Amino acid sequence: MSSLGRRDFLGRLGALAAVPAGLQAQDSLAGRGDVGTLRDPYAVGRPRDVTRIEDYDERIKAIEHRLACNCGCTLDVFTCRTTDFTCTYSPKLHREVVAMDKAGKSAQEILDAFVAEYGEKALMAPKPEGFNLWGYLLPGSLILAAGAGLFAFVSRRRVTVAAAGAEAPDAAPSGAGPTATPEELERLRQALAEVED
Amino acid sequence: MTLLGQFALWVALLLGVWSATVAFSGRWQGREELRRSISGAVYGSFAALAVAALALWKGLVTHDFNIEYVAAYTSRNLPSGYIVSALWAGQKGSLLFWALVLSLFASLAQVLTPRRYAALLPYVAGVTSAVTAFFVCTMIFAANPFERLPFTPADGRGLNPQLQNPGMMIHPPMLYLGYISITIPFAFAVAALLSRSLDTGWIHAIRKWTLVSWLFLSIGITLGMWWAYVELGWGGYWAWDPVENASLLPWLTMTAFLHSVMIQEKRGMLKRWNLGLIIGTFLLSIFGTFITRSGVIASVHSFTQSNVGYFFLAFLAVSGVLAFTLLYTRWPSLRAEVQLESMLSREAAFLFNNLLLVGVAFSVLWGTLFPILSELVRGSKITVGPPFFNRVNIPIGLLLLALTGVGPLIAWRKASTANLRRQFTAPVASGLVTLVGLLASGMRDFYAIMALALAGFVAGTIVQEFWRGVRARRRMHGESVPLAFSRLVARNRRRYGGYLVHVGVLIYFVAFSGMAFKREMEATLKPGQSVRMQSPFGHTYTLTHMGVSQFEALNRIVSAATVAVAKDGKPEGLMTSEKRQHVDSFKRPTFEPSTEVGIRSGLQEDLYITYAGSVNGTEEAVYRFTINPLVWWLWFGGFVLVFGGVVTMWPGGGPTVAAPRRAVAGYEVALVGGGPE
Repeated sequence: MSSLGRRDFLGRLGALAAVPAGLQAQDSLAGRGDVGTLRDPYAVGRPRDVTRIEDYDERIKAIEHRLACNCGCTLDVFTCRTTDFTCTYSPKLHREVVAMDKAGKSAQEILDAFVAEYGEKALMAPKPEGFNLWGYLLPGSLILAAGAGLFAFVSRRRVTVAAAGAEAPDAAPSGAGPTATPEELERLRQALAEVED
Repeated sequence: MTLLGQFALWVALLLGVWSATVAFSGRWQGREELRRSISGAVYGSFAALAVAALALWKGLVTHDFNIEYVAAYTSRNLPSGYIVSALWAGQKGSLLFWALVLSLFASLAQVLTPRRYAALLPYVAGVTSAVTAFFVCTMIFAANPFERLPFTPADGRGLNPQLQNPGMMIHPPMLYLGYISITIPFAFAVAALLSRSLDTGWIHAIRKWTLVSWLFLSIGITLGMWWAYVELGWGGYWAWDPVENASLLPWLTMTAFLHSVMIQEKRGMLKRWNLGLIIGTFLLSIFGTFITRSGVIASVHSFTQSNVGYFFLAFLAVSGVLAFTLLYTRWPSLRAEVQLESMLSREAAFLFNNLLLVGVAFSVLWGTLFPILSELVRGSKITVGPPFFNRVNIPIGLLLLALTGVGPLIAWRKASTANLRRQFTAPVASGLVTLVGLLASGMRDFYAIMALALAGFVAGTIVQEFWRGVRARRRMHGESVPLAFSRLVARNRRRYGGYLVHVGVLIYFVAFSGMAFKREMEATLKPGQSVRMQSPFGHTYTLTHMGVSQFEALNRIVSAATVAVAKDGKPEGLMTSEKRQHVDSFKRPTFEPSTEVGIRSGLQEDLYITYAGSVNGTEEAVYRFTINPLVWWLWFGGFVLVFGGVVTMWPGGGPTVAAPRRAVAGYEVALVGGGPE
């Protein structure tokens, strides 16, 4: 746990957004040389390739975050290849993304190429077009419609109640003032206090 | 013991059928012995299921690998804690655990419910017994935990490594307790409908149960996020996975109910809505179970695909049709006692809060099912992942956060302009100051800015409420601030416990906003090599790979990769991430190697290290480094939320004898005020 104090933390919260993204970089510090061999190499899973600069390039990552791995994990390609180290699909998909990127394709062209090859399920979220618009718009539309309906219903009822009150001015006492006894006023005050809770 | 277990399951099934049949037939009325037999069957069912659970536990503890379930989920070298928790690790055992806890809750409902609600209890027993019988029936005919193998393996397969985490000993039971306890409020709602006791009595009878359900669900969901964060290794805690969504759905509708029930108690409104919410919450809990256990939607959290899904689908359909038909038949008796008078009232704010909570629930359900719908309509498969859910739900979530602050500020019935000005000035100023501060500091992520600014507004409302309460007590009783504060909360636990829950919610949103600034990178490092990584807070981490060591521990071969961490050049210590190859007692590998992440948690951010593997069997290691801002606050927010929930339900904080009067108080006040309804 950091020893950061609350005041320091609050003071530095604003710095959260002040630093531009993408400043992380692999250092060029030289290693100490010898690389030991593991006693049981199989215990660490599938052998890994050396990470290249394109493996964590922000642009590649952004594309891969929008592409679904097709191993059945429900994760995106970047997350799967850097999390599920038994998956053989996501490294392959990653290589395809890198190859297309090197071939000069834009992010959208790469996404389109994946859709053409693997179908629409290759995207982490369906394109907001055609039938998919139902998926994106229905919840918000229903909430707006229900809210508007509720507002209209209450407004109409309020008008009706006010009109009924105007037509029948003697139907109820006009206030608690002159006809209420102190005991009644106290009861009213207590009732209101309870309701305010 | 398997024979005893099988026998106990059959006994539980017969008792459940008896209790439900007698209760729903109504023949117990006027026949005390029959009435007693209903509750007696509930207790008997619990005893039988306890025997069955003990039988399975005995099989687990004694390594009786002839039992298929024991062989599938344990091994001789599995740590004893996980042998005990293996009861709920698999499909079959967890069904038994579910039925056991449900029968326990059903018995407690019979014992603990005050006698003034005695007329409801036979029906309550009938509903809980029917649900218990369904679970036992599913076990006996589709997922029998006592099924034997034709041979006895020398050792079991062991428990999935990802389940070998202390969180998995607590998280599933908490979530199950939440899911299961929803049955009790549902049972009371059905009992109220059947017996036509549609006043606020059933609401008071289930108050503690609804809070217990909500509390367990909250704990279960938060622990699930924590488990996913520390165990799954992807650097996040919520992936909008169908099973995660399934746990969120009943929580959302239950939260809506906890708000709208206040309107029914105080104003006698929303009776139909509240019954609908309780029925809907129960059905969503069954739906969640169906999603988790059917394999109909791909999820990393699912149990093995099996035909129990059909049982749950049928049960969901039947119970939904029956419950809503019953509600429909009682519709005319459920008219509101008073009507909503103004859009500027607390009732209206609560209504919109309900609208948004149910809207989010619908949105999550819609997104979860949309791939199936798309395939049915268009014949093409799609993936609906986090980008979809974030785009649809974040705006609704922010509106909900805003209403969290608005609701408590507006008066009941109708707020005056003066009231609004007095209540809103300080909180709005608090929100605006936060907004300006964030913009001045250079933050530009729209949703993060909105979440933090609204959190500032909500914090302002809560501080104002506490401050006014404390000030009033100091003025009236001359108490010191700490004394006034503690008495304020102690004497009005429901209200101020609720505010604490709101504090927890706003802390959640602050933590969520931090993930907009997540940083991640990969690196391959030889021993001694370093990598630098800049935090969104401005400092720089230097991460130096120290090497990989391998050793045997308990039931696994551990490969531990160690990283020396320095922050702005100052050494901060070592962090370790592991690869674990689990083995059985004959040293044979049981699962693929799993990963244990290294986490250094702080108030600002978590440094999260994942050892991905090695290059060519050497110590040259591949890492993923992630900086997750504000994650610590998520766990703290969960603690505050649960603490607030406990305060709310602590004895003495519930409805008093005055509560029934409150239900009609608005009506009385309206007459005195002169406006006819």
